Amino acid sequence: MTLDTRWAVAWLTRSADAIEEHAPMLSELDRAIGDGDHGENLNRGFAAVRAALSDLPEDAQPSDVLRVAAMRLISSVGGAAGPLYGTAFLRASDAVSGRGELGPSDVVALIDAALRGIEERGHASAGDKTMVDAWYAAAADAAAAAAEGGDPRAVLAAAARGAARGAESTDGLVARKGRASYLGERAVGHRDPGAESTAIILQAAESA
Amino acid sequence: MSSATAHVGLVLVSHSDLVARGTADLVAQMSPDVPVSAAGGASDGGIGTDVERIMVAIDRAEQGGGVAVIADLGSAVLSAETAVELLGGDRAARIAIVDGPFVEGAVAAGVVAQTGGDLDAVRRAASWAAAAGAVGHDHSAGAADHAAAAEATRYLRRATLVNPDGLHARPAAEFVKLATSLGARVTVNGKDARSLLGILSLGLAQGASVEIATDDREGREAVDRLIALVESGFSGE
Repeated sequence: MTLDTRWAVAWLTRSADAIEEHAPMLSELDRAIGDGDHGENLNRGFAAVRAALSDLPEDAQPSDVLRVAAMRLISSVGGAAGPLYGTAFLRASDAVSGRGELGPSDVVALIDAALRGIEERGHASAGDKTMVDAWYAAAADAAAAAAEGGDPRAVLAAAARGAARGAESTDGLVARKGRASYLGERAVGHRDPGAESTAIILQAAESA
Repeated sequence: MSSATAHVGLVLVSHSDLVARGTADLVAQMSPDVPVSAAGGASDGGIGTDVERIMVAIDRAEQGGGVAVIADLGSAVLSAETAVELLGGDRAARIAIVDGPFVEGAVAAGVVAQTGGDLDAVRRAASWAAAAGAVGHDHSAGAADHAAAAEATRYLRRATLVNPDGLHARPAAEFVKLATSLGARVTVNGKDARSLLGILSLGLAQGASVEIATDDREGREAVDRLIALVESGFSGE
């Protein structure tokens, strides 16, 4: 299985399915330390992405798929996650522009670009208890897997594992960004919903 | 001035469509020549922000003088930044995103834009930094000499606010408009007379005493004109 346009479409379709399935759980996490709408908002955004994927031109490349997803997320999510995930997919699209099929270094570049887009847009860094923590660990593990000579699938699998680990790591952190930052120590013991949705989306990338 | 006729435009980004439109009404009443467009609410009409709506609003507000985008809460700023990124590099240089008090910032920005302020002046008027607004003496090294010199040239007059609104809303806007047009460095109870937010923060009601002062010789006429405005009860004279 190569990472081509079909894979990109499958990634986003599986992401939409998984977000729909886990939306109540994501909103539950968000209710504890935010405003409780992360699951619903993302589900609305990915439903719009799913609908837009059927209108792609025949010769669409992976970067086109990611760009369509970015625009739909930006205009449909409504909360902060829209501009954040939108910017992530926009930068990811730029990173693989012109590539019909992604190699290991393309996967690393894609995830790295998404991470940097989110850091810049959210003015957040690793350790702030945000989705950056999941993307950061994903990028680190993906780079390590590529350096060890892993194929694109192995790099994706490493990214998915990294994202899950990064999401878990937010449990013990005090939030420094977003609404959860108002809670101080009380946010400790709760997982960041954006980090969890990142883990879900990168898991979908691996299984697509 | 390169674009003397083009006012800076304003885009008001709120999570609520009603808040954005209501604030735009307020700005339009005080600053009738300033292009103002509201971009509130999510794409489905609910609470949230919509990047596409912000992009359209920026297009509408751009009439050659640049655009100040005023956003209400964290994710409104993220959406505004995303909109600017999507509009592209050339446009981005003509757009300033302001994260300040929403209603007061928008009104202050409108007044400055109405009086011909450029994008940077409008941005400063609307941002939190302007709320401090004090023009007090510089306490850095060598400031003592300045203070002594200032003492010698200081010109100060007092007046009582006779109009029902005090130094609020429209009277405050008129006051700032006049102070801005006169150009001199003048303070009102220690706040910059050109800072609407600074003046509003004083909370001066009817019957309150205002102290208008300048340390510049060329500011004396400005003090007299401002005192006259206060004493007239903002009756338009």
